[in-house]
Amino acid sequence: MSWFRRQNNRPKKPTESRDLPDGVWTKCENCSEILYFKELERNLHVCPKCGNHFRIRSHKYVEILTDPGTFQETNANVVSKDPLKFKDSKKYTDRVKDAVKKTGMNEAIVTGTARLDELPVVLGVMDFAFIGGSMASAVGEKIARSLKLCLERKEPMILVSASGGARMMEGILSLMQMAKTSVLLARLRNERIPYISILTHPTTGGVTASFASLGDVILAEPGALIGFAGPRVIKETVAQELPEGFQRSEFLMKHGFLDRITPRSELKQTVGNILRVFHDGVNASSHAGIAFRPRTSVPLSEHDPVPLSDHDSFGASEGGNGSMPILELPDPDGSTTT
Amino acid sequence: MSNFWLEFEKPVVELETRISELREFTSGSNIEVDEELKRLEKKADRMRHDIYTKLTRWQRVQLARHPRRPYTLNYIGWMCEEFTELHGDRAFADDPAIVAGLARIGGKPLAIVGHQKGRNTKENIHRNFGMPHPEGYRKALRIFELADRFRLPILTFVDTPGAYPGVGAEERGQSEAIARNLREMANLAVPLVTVIIGEGGSGGALALAVSDRVYMLENSVYSVISPEGCAGILWKDRAKAPEAAEVLKLTASDSLEQGVIDGLIDEPVGGAHRNPEMAAAAIRLQVEAAFEELGNLDPETLLQKRLEKFLNIGVYQE
Ligand SMILES: [Zn+2]
Repeated sequence: MSWFRRQNNRPKKPTESRDLPDGVWTKCENCSEILYFKELERNLHVCPKCGNHFRIRSHKYVEILTDPGTFQETNANVVSKDPLKFKDSKKYTDRVKDAVKKTGMNEAIVTGTARLDELPVVLGVMDFAFIGGSMASAVGEKIARSLKLCLERKEPMILVSASGGARMMEGILSLMQMAKTSVLLARLRNERIPYISILTHPTTGGVTASFASLGDVILAEPGALIGFAGPRVIKETVAQELPEGFQRSEFLMKHGFLDRITPRSELKQTVGNILRVFHDGVNASSHAGIAFRPRTSVPLSEHDPVPLSDHDSFGASEGGNGSMPILELPDPDGSTTT
Repeated sequence: MSNFWLEFEKPVVELETRISELREFTSGSNIEVDEELKRLEKKADRMRHDIYTKLTRWQRVQLARHPRRPYTLNYIGWMCEEFTELHGDRAFADDPAIVAGLARIGGKPLAIVGHQKGRNTKENIHRNFGMPHPEGYRKALRIFELADRFRLPILTFVDTPGAYPGVGAEERGQSEAIARNLREMANLAVPLVTVIIGEGGSGGALALAVSDRVYMLENSVYSVISPEGCAGILWKDRAKAPEAAEVLKLTASDSLEQGVIDGLIDEPVGGAHRNPEMAAAAIRLQVEAAFEELGNLDPETLLQKRLEKFLNIGVYQE
């Protein structure tokens, strides 16, 4: 199976034409504070004064989320074609070529395997710099292959989204990538393989209306624009002013569509903690796939601590060994799910 | 609405009206009139051929949106002996932009879910022009799961400009509702057949179309973005929608060529609205055949094939 093939070459460092040279000052677009670039970089491109999360490139997220030296890119050579022979002011093929040149990437997502806090994971990071992080057939295919890898290895999926939606220049095929990724997520869910969705600024359109909204746990960076329709389209449709903070992370949180708003500096730790809980939960049950039944969850609060017996009822741990793959589950009929 | 005709339809409709008037007013045989009728019929045939075999993509869009075009409830009326509509998402509201219910076709039980447009202004306000809110998609999923539990095959009709882009829709999770349907449709262990009868508008359409078989009526469209929206982005001019329709390749035959749908259902000459019952009969024939075929598969095979079908869609290189 071709998707299983892994490339051993290290990911090449994408060219950083957007990055400023050392020693340059930069202005926070939110609070107008003048910031020393080096300091901003040390702070993961978050304004130290107001907490504004600057948009960063996919390789930065790879750096932030994975243990050093563990990331191995997969399917870097899956790239776009031009099924519609699409041309507006520019040919689509030229648009892609320009994006490749500008970003140093082959497509709007980088995928690979890595360790996060020592846990093996499959990671995908979309990059807004590549045609607005738009979902093309190649993007859908790379996500699908990553999800298949998760199923094969029983490893969790982590997907960082940043996208304006489907890539119009691939027409209906780009729309269908929503279905393609979502039907595989149904399999992950059925197999109890965790999927953590991380939303960054901006995540809209077909990406939000598919995999980005389907995480077992959904995290978002503060202040990210997240929505189905873009604010401009909504404003035109409803012909009224939009509410304050509309479609920002905090708005989604308030309406119940996010688990947590997590600052960039805490992403790795938060994901690691969540994955470990899932891992230990599944591995603690003695007949993982069979004995583990979803139970009514107990609402937790300071006043209502989880009773100890709840932990005990999973039985003795037989996994948890660092060398074991995460979420080793019995395969009832011995068939792989691809 | 009842006397609305598209510009390119008008000559044909006028000629047809003349023919039927001539017929009506001449009782008995009149050789002269007969000759004239024959001539006009021939002319009408030629005219229909000229227009409808060379439809541009934009003309198809116009037909797909035709105010006379049959809608979901019309087809249900013609195709089913029985339909019991069911309402509500059990969480927030009942969305009239999506209708759902239990039905019988040829005695066989099934569930039907579809977008519903309105025929006039009042109806369209009620139906929100067929643009669902999250509660519409949640109602659809509720009926899908009901059907799954009672082993009922599911038929969906797609006819929407798109999911509604509004403040309430965002507050209640339009994205989540659509995404959840895409995922959960992959788990329904009953045959799923979709017919796109008019507008297949983006994610709002797809949320009812992750099906074992997806068919499109000949003059329906399926698109990632509306031609107007596309033109607005590409040329900052929504009036260039006809050009956008061309580049988007959004017709039924385009979709078939790209491997996105499983088949095309012929419409009566001039479009489904020219002979709605005939269109309904054609849909019924195709749908019954599909259910027959899918009914032979055990649930596991059905789900596996559905998964593979969607995994195989896309054009890329490596
Ligand atoms: Zn600031």
